[in-house]
Amino acid sequence: MWWRVGGLVLRYIYLHRRSMARLGEILFWPVMNLFLWGFITAYMQRLVLPNVVIFFLGSMILWDMFYRAQVALSLALAEEMWMKNILNILIAPVSMFELVLAMGCVGASKALINGVVLGVLAYVLHAFNLLSLGFTLVPCFINLLLFAWAIGMGTMAVILRYGGGGAALAWGLPFLIQPFSAVFYPIDVFPSWLQIVAYALPSSYIFESMRAVLRTGSADPFMLLTAFGLNIVYLTAAAAFFGWMLQRARHRGYLSRLGMY
Amino acid sequence: MLALWRTLSRGVWDQEHLWEVGGCLSADHAIEVEQLTKRFGDVTAIDNLSFTVAPGEILGLLGPNGAGKTTTLQLLLGLTTPTSGVMRVLGLDVQKQRRAVLQRVNFSSAYVALPTNLSVWENLNVFAHLYGVRRPRQKILALLELFDMPHLARCITGALSSGQLTCLNLCKAFLNDPEVLFLDEPTTSLDPAIATKVREMLQHMQRERRVTMLYTSHNMHEIERMCDRVIFLAQGRIITQGTPHEVLTRARSASLEELFISIVQHGALWKPAETTEDV
Repeated sequence: MWWRVGGLVLRYIYLHRRSMARLGEILFWPVMNLFLWGFITAYMQRLVLPNVVIFFLGSMILWDMFYRAQVALSLALAEEMWMKNILNILIAPVSMFELVLAMGCVGASKALINGVVLGVLAYVLHAFNLLSLGFTLVPCFINLLLFAWAIGMGTMAVILRYGGGGAALAWGLPFLIQPFSAVFYPIDVFPSWLQIVAYALPSSYIFESMRAVLRTGSADPFMLLTAFGLNIVYLTAAAAFFGWMLQRARHRGYLSRLGMY
Repeated sequence: MLALWRTLSRGVWDQEHLWEVGGCLSADHAIEVEQLTKRFGDVTAIDNLSFTVAPGEILGLLGPNGAGKTTTLQLLLGLTTPTSGVMRVLGLDVQKQRRAVLQRVNFSSAYVALPTNLSVWENLNVFAHLYGVRRPRQKILALLELFDMPHLARCITGALSSGQLTCLNLCKAFLNDPEVLFLDEPTTSLDPAIATKVREMLQHMQRERRVTMLYTSHNMHEIERMCDRVIFLAQGRIITQGTPHEVLTRARSASLEELFISIVQHGALWKPAETTEDV
């Protein structure tokens, strides 16, 4: 199995090695984002709450890691479809589980590279040390990754059924989730009915934990465990949805239409 | 957690389960299709289709657009599930042992491409990994030699000509030493010289390695030259089958092209007596 997963990962290493646009996707846009939020933060520090606005940078970096991991998985099938290569993949002795696992690894690597580059730049340019989150950074990263995989798998399932049109979800879905994930503000700013929505998303607990660490030096382990539990629920639902859509796509002949005729 | 995913999405993972290959090979037929039917809503794409292909045989699947050729290929590759019927490739049930089947077959089509932004070598290396090829370097070099393109190994795939792309697709198709090869119009859009070279290459591989081939094409001359046997399909049913010579004699046609046009015009063999016998 790992030989085949390695083969799929290798395909993406080759792809990124010679494409400036793809390297830019990992490095350029996130760095631009960091500049933007860095200067907003610097400006707000001069105006109000100098110790609090630094949260923005931590939030921006963690959100960007989530976004990259999610897009890598979501667009895996769409990309093969656009290249007319998807049938070659689907008729190779590769299971969908291996495909999802490989793309999950690619997404995790991208998120990690992203986090390291942005973390270093944030420290150098804006004196924000991401490592000040301490050990909490590890469960935060794992939880964000798991949530990104759940969203990515759901998007892949939609692409299996609806083809290229479903790819719009890959870019759009994170921005649908973002306002309710309490990325840049705490959950208690929401009206009570929206707080229910926020508490149903693992991402809310992660960003609340991050703010708690920056504010008090420690996070509530219960919050991170709740995020993990919710992630298991989301991953299980996404895997079941993916399986159902795959069966429907096979039954209705959609798979063979992806990127061929 | 992985176990939980597998349990909850049992439909996917069970179908993908890799079965033991040894001990279940039917030596009589490389491909067996029994009473295969595929309906898409009210449309019957494949209607109670039954045929076999002997090991090492090249079978041409012919018919007008919408006859069911491509759907048959897709069913045999496990991309689409049948409404009813059984398909066995190399003695293995395509639905229950799909991955074991895919490990031993391959596919090439004029309508499917390898990623244009990877080099020839990189593309073949990726697929060598996916097929679990031992010593991928040697295998890729040998195939590039065979298809007379070792000098293109470092070229970006997007820069290749149509003929070179077809040869690259065939290199990929032979990476796992397939026992059965599914070819969907492999010479479409090639100039006559390159098309002849590709046909010669396929015939060479078939002679050398006894590869069974299921071949679809709209080029009737190519089918006459390449195939040991042909099956004419129309509206998902077999209209006639046999060696090209048998089919032409039975239909009293001068060429497969003439017969093809006749089938398109009449939706069946022109001479009803022979049709009944054939079907």
